[in-house]
Amino acid sequence: MTRRMVIAILVLLVFGAVRMPFEAELEKEHKAAYFHGAKLDLSLREKIGQMGFLAALSGFRAFVADVLWIHAHVLWERTEWGAMKVDFDAVTSLQPRCVLFWSQAAWHMGFNASVAAFEDPKQPREALRLKAQHEYFKLGEDYLLHGIENNPDVYNLYADLALLYEMKFKDHCKAAEYYARTAAFKNAPVFYHRFQYYELAQCPGHEREAYEALLKLYKEGENERLPTLLKWLGILQEKLNVPADQKIYIPPAPNP
Amino acid sequence: MTAAAPIATKHKIFSPARVTAIASNTLLELVRLKVFYFLLLFALLIIGSSFFTSKFTFQEQFQVLKDVSLGAMSIFTWLLGVLATAMLLPKDIEDRTLYTILAKPVPRFEYLLGKFLGVLLLLFVAISLMTGVFLVILYARQQDALANAARLVPAQALQEQLADIRAATFNKNLLPGIVIIYLKSALCAALTLLLSTFASSSIFTIIMSVIVYLIGHIQAIAREAYLASQTTTALTKAFLAIVALLIPDLNSLTLVDDIVVGNAISTVLFVKTASLGLTYIGIYFLVGYFVFSAKEL
Repeated sequence: MTRRMVIAILVLLVFGAVRMPFEAELEKEHKAAYFHGAKLDLSLREKIGQMGFLAALSGFRAFVADVLWIHAHVLWERTEWGAMKVDFDAVTSLQPRCVLFWSQAAWHMGFNASVAAFEDPKQPREALRLKAQHEYFKLGEDYLLHGIENNPDVYNLYADLALLYEMKFKDHCKAAEYYARTAAFKNAPVFYHRFQYYELAQCPGHEREAYEALLKLYKEGENERLPTLLKWLGILQEKLNVPADQKIYIPPAPNP
Repeated sequence: MTAAAPIATKHKIFSPARVTAIASNTLLELVRLKVFYFLLLFALLIIGSSFFTSKFTFQEQFQVLKDVSLGAMSIFTWLLGVLATAMLLPKDIEDRTLYTILAKPVPRFEYLLGKFLGVLLLLFVAISLMTGVFLVILYARQQDALANAARLVPAQALQEQLADIRAATFNKNLLPGIVIIYLKSALCAALTLLLSTFASSSIFTIIMSVIVYLIGHIQAIAREAYLASQTTTALTKAFLAIVALLIPDLNSLTLVDDIVVGNAISTVLFVKTASLGLTYIGIYFLVGYFVFSAKEL
């Protein structure tokens, strides 16, 4: 019996040696297909505790991520922004391929927490409130940039980042860049290709480029001649001093 | 009048009928142990998860529902596979059923195969039932969300919203994900069977199986370190080699976490992953038989 057990262990060792290169190759293929992207390191262990970490290591990381997500929601109801960030960091580390988690984490930090920081009644100094607000914008940006690193094949996070640059940072050049990257995805909604030029129109030095792009869209037909596009055509015509005979769009006269 | 001579039938070396008989009996025994009560727990768990997510967006609700359901499927099938397999041989020895069977012209290979197939059948029935419950609840939640959207969303944005809801519920990769869960639980069952052939008690088998399960999920780290020769000490290298060579890489069969969030699994990748799982099952079973065939009972 002992001899048999020794042979059995030897067979398992040989099997291990045979499968090892195949498994290493399969692991590479899994990673290339965006599987197993979670970073289960010691910093995560500190955030989620020993049991959570053990569960995540045992193949139940999605489950642990959901529990933390629900916890983050509870914290949101109590507006505990700092604690929310700790949960969001853990959740996005556990499930880096979940676009929803990156997007919502960025939204909470960039749009909700930033407003709360700016309107903080406990902080009388406006400069400090503005600083805190900007820090939350940056946190939102960080989530989206890391989200894009982990999900370069999904358009949603590019669009979210463009919106953050547009609405919060008021950086229209970067917003135009990220709307353009969103529009490059075949499955992205069609309005993003217009959004990139609306933002480009507000990016200093790129007005001519934006005007020509919007003009091209205008010439494509009625479907593209939407109120915002017409508005920006009118503004750019004036800004670029387009001669009256070359103006393709004449904005209606304001009501008296 | 002469008595009819008994018809001499040739004993087959391998009989699928005998294996089927043992497998169906094993399944019946396990079913009689009321193992399917866990389904009630499963249903309660996934319905209960809805209460925690009622304030969430529909994407979040579906995400949690899928994560909880597939996570619960993984846990239940793994537990079922390990516990059912760990008690197969000790229970038969204790009940003396093993001696009754092996006293007949039933080879040990057929006995072990029949027992193992019984467990695989049990796992198949269990995962099929859980999948059924999961799909019904997911469909009901989808219909609920669609009805709410039709009621609340303005007409111009309705089609887009309905498409979003449909995309957030079912995706074609869910089924391959569930097949991989099944294979993983079957692998754990095969490993437990192997352990039980030389283990002295069920408790030992279960504990060893749980330990291997935990290490199996981080085996890839040991393999990478071993292959990259990151370490210089012979002792560490030997330890890494033993872990990498003896412990199965269970992480390679843990794809469902990423599938739930929309990761697509190509047919080639699915076939490769499933083949790896099936090879493990085959090898563990054969090695288990090799040990069992010479075991003194």
